[in-house]
Amino acid sequence: MLQVSVYRFNPETDAAPQMQEYQVETAGKDLMVLDVLEMIKAEHDASVTYRRSCREGVCGSDGLNINGKNGLACITPLSGAVKNNKLVIRPLPGLPVVRDLVVDMSLFYAQYEKIEPYLQNNSPAPAIERLQTPEDRAKLDGLYECILCACCSTSCPSFWWNPDRFVGPAGLLQAYRFLADSRDQATDERLAKLDDPFSVFRCHGIQNCVNVCPKGLNPTRAIGHIRTMLLSRAA
Amino acid sequence: MVTQVTSFSRNGLSDWLIQRVSSLILLAYFLFIGVQIVTGIDYTSWRALHDTTAMKVFTLLAIGAYVSHAWIGLWTVFTDYLTEYMLGSIGNVVRPVLQIAVVLTLVVYAIWVIQVIWG
Repeated sequence: MLQVSVYRFNPETDAAPQMQEYQVETAGKDLMVLDVLEMIKAEHDASVTYRRSCREGVCGSDGLNINGKNGLACITPLSGAVKNNKLVIRPLPGLPVVRDLVVDMSLFYAQYEKIEPYLQNNSPAPAIERLQTPEDRAKLDGLYECILCACCSTSCPSFWWNPDRFVGPAGLLQAYRFLADSRDQATDERLAKLDDPFSVFRCHGIQNCVNVCPKGLNPTRAIGHIRTMLLSRAA
Repeated sequence: MVTQVTSFSRNGLSDWLIQRVSSLILLAYFLFIGVQIVTGIDYTSWRALHDTTAMKVFTLLAIGAYVSHAWIGLWTVFTDYLTEYMLGSIGNVVRPVLQIAVVLTLVVYAIWVIQVIWG
């Protein structure tokens, strides 16, 4: 029997959050953490609330704090998470809890919106599409794969302390995705908006984001590239 | 853009660059002083060393680096932990008070060093 401890909080009825214990029979199978949550919901307590959608690490809905480390419940196997037969599941840290494991992502999305995550090109559109050389296209690898699950930003202390002013690793990875795009013409305007003491420079390079990214991306490296671009623009 | 009137240069890139350059100056200064102390000094040689114009300039550079480095570092810490978000409305009182205390301390240090060198 697997000991599972789940963060429970219903703001409408509870004065404070609490951890609720469940005994889950996994029959020795190496299930995913999401499977365990589904079993709890089906067999123990239908009121346990969490987000999930694709259950295969593509949609980014079920970002959770699993035994202290952020990750996607659907692609985190028990063998990689369980310690001493215990599984502790909490919502992503640093964001307001809506209910149980569901957090309010508004601050996260506001930062994403701030970096203007769309191609900006005012030249007349060609008949078919804006072409890139294979080399220019390769510069977007490791950037475009982000699914905005928020595992990285909510593992970042700088984002915890300044979620309204520090763009956070997810937003900055996407900022660099457009800065690095050969088809985008707003490089200077984009950099000008990042040149303050908070948006980029609250990153102190501790790499929690790299440690938790379920897609194996490296926001710290992207932030380093943004710094280099800011430096060469100013120097 | 987020503007911060109390940040050292009011610009993230400048602050970041100053923080790094000042750390190199401080490293060079403390290594130099460390070597002097390890290789043996007495009052006469210490006084003679600090009477040279080059050493006066180096010390002045070091105190400048120290003041800017300390201010950028502490400003970052204060705006991380002593905020309305972290402490409630009292944060907006505690932070400016501590910032003023740090600025005054650093200015006193700088004046003191200049007075010691040129006094």
